[in-house]
Amino acid sequence: MTQPFLDAIGMTGGYGAANILHDCTIRVGTGEIAVIVGPNGAGKSTAMKAIFGMLRLKHGRIVLDGENISHLTPQARVAKGMGFVPQNRNVFPALTVQENLEMGAFLRRDDIAETMEQVFALFPILKDKRRQAAGELSGGQRQQVAVGRALMTKPKLLMLDEPTAGVSPIVMDELFDRIIEIARTGLSILMVEQNARQALEIADHGFVLVQGENRYTDTGRALLADPEVRKSFLGG
Amino acid sequence: MDFLNAIVALSNFVLIPALAYGSQLALGALGVTLIYGILRFSNFAHGDTMAIGTMVAIYATWALQGWGVSLGPLPTALLALPVAIAVTALLLLLIDRGVYRFYRGVKAVPVTFVIASIGVMFILNGLTRLFIGPDDQRFDDGARFLIHPRAFREATGLAEGLSIRTTQALTVVTAILVVAALFWFLRRTRTGKSMRAYSDNEELALLSGINPERVVAITWIVVAGLSVIAGVLYGLDKSFKPFVYFQLLLPIFASAILGGLGNPVGAIAGAFIIAFSEVTVTYAWKKVLTYVLPDALAPEGLVQFLGTDYKFAVSFIILVLVLLIRPTGLFRGASA
Repeated sequence: MTQPFLDAIGMTGGYGAANILHDCTIRVGTGEIAVIVGPNGAGKSTAMKAIFGMLRLKHGRIVLDGENISHLTPQARVAKGMGFVPQNRNVFPALTVQENLEMGAFLRRDDIAETMEQVFALFPILKDKRRQAAGELSGGQRQQVAVGRALMTKPKLLMLDEPTAGVSPIVMDELFDRIIEIARTGLSILMVEQNARQALEIADHGFVLVQGENRYTDTGRALLADPEVRKSFLGG
Repeated sequence: MDFLNAIVALSNFVLIPALAYGSQLALGALGVTLIYGILRFSNFAHGDTMAIGTMVAIYATWALQGWGVSLGPLPTALLALPVAIAVTALLLLLIDRGVYRFYRGVKAVPVTFVIASIGVMFILNGLTRLFIGPDDQRFDDGARFLIHPRAFREATGLAEGLSIRTTQALTVVTAILVVAALFWFLRRTRTGKSMRAYSDNEELALLSGINPERVVAITWIVVAGLSVIAGVLYGLDKSFKPFVYFQLLLPIFASAILGGLGNPVGAIAGAFIIAFSEVTVTYAWKKVLTYVLPDALAPEGLVQFLGTDYKFAVSFIILVLVLLIRPTGLFRGASA
């Protein structure tokens, strides 16, 4: 990897006095899909939150497109081109699908119609349901609204915290297909996933975290092939 | 003939008064429900906010009347509304800056906000009494009747005269316009949508770049508008007395909770249910029943279920029943 688009180097920190992350490094190249996997409590989501600025780091820095953004608030990072899809409560349930997308573009002052059409092209079902409240949709559709909302800011890096949590395997495959499609447009994607095997299959790079540290870092393909990784994290 | 007389009597004493009262309650309950939805606490100072806002409107009305300004058949107080809303909005923003913002900063639990709002209630209550005193004030002028009972009797030949007072008609029309404007604002404008988004999912609103302090400030301004209009309409329709405005807190909260706290449509529905319950239960039905029933069955008593002195019991009973049976209200607001 030459100059990575996102370079989160040596992150150390946690919520209280105890550290959850220990010298953890995550990199994403332009237009790449990077996946963070690992057992429960490995600090996967915490690493994602640290990158997005929702967690104060004791050491380490976050560089986005060559610019050090370590001191910025999450909102300011959105303005810098980060889009974040939280794992839970990631839509406005009482707002319609279209209003959810509009709120995603709240910071933008230019015409958002084109971006909205792109989102509808990516997730056609959302166009049909655009006047329906997001809270009335199925889990998978809601997940599409959440990703669509994040895309409305025209991010350069899309961060997804367990996008397939609680959806059926068919919906999961569908979502992963869409994620590949998004990456093909030149967006960088960083994703935390429980479904490690499927996620690594679509990943350019994978980061296996254990207890807040980088255990294995390689291409998705290499990690899937690594007998050590397979045995410990992919169930053989 | 008797049947028509019964309908007219029913309109005079139940339908029209309840419609006007329900409109006033609806505007009050909308304010309460907006604050609950966005600032996430029950604002006990709401009745006294209405009182102090109405007081400002009364002073402005008196000044206008002193200068000889008049709206003809309409009450002069309508012209005083913008001034009163501006002053009240400023006051609410100052209170927010001085009181509630601190508790938002320390992420206080809702009950702390409620207790702080009770403090604000006492201060506003004191200020109102200090300036205008605890007594009744009348500030309505213009034409008294839209439909005069005598004129109606002469025109129709009925024994009962239909009466619609200007203030009653004005109340209903104004409430419809205000509610339409509010819903347009909340559903169609960028700012209104951002308020709903913030009410719906605060964290995600922050991630979307919605500025919470701006949402809160706009909420207070909207609430100032709603509470001053509600207070002035109530004052024109009945009279202005600070203690009565404090007491309005009960039916207003009952309306908001009955409809589902945080749900504006619910607040309106709740307000009319409360108003119609209160008026029908405290109305003496003897006259209407005498018209409708055959002579043999005509009632001897007043057929009044509850004295008007006990009208607040109606709100209270409905409130208790809602909290027992369906705490989220008819329209499923954010759970109470």
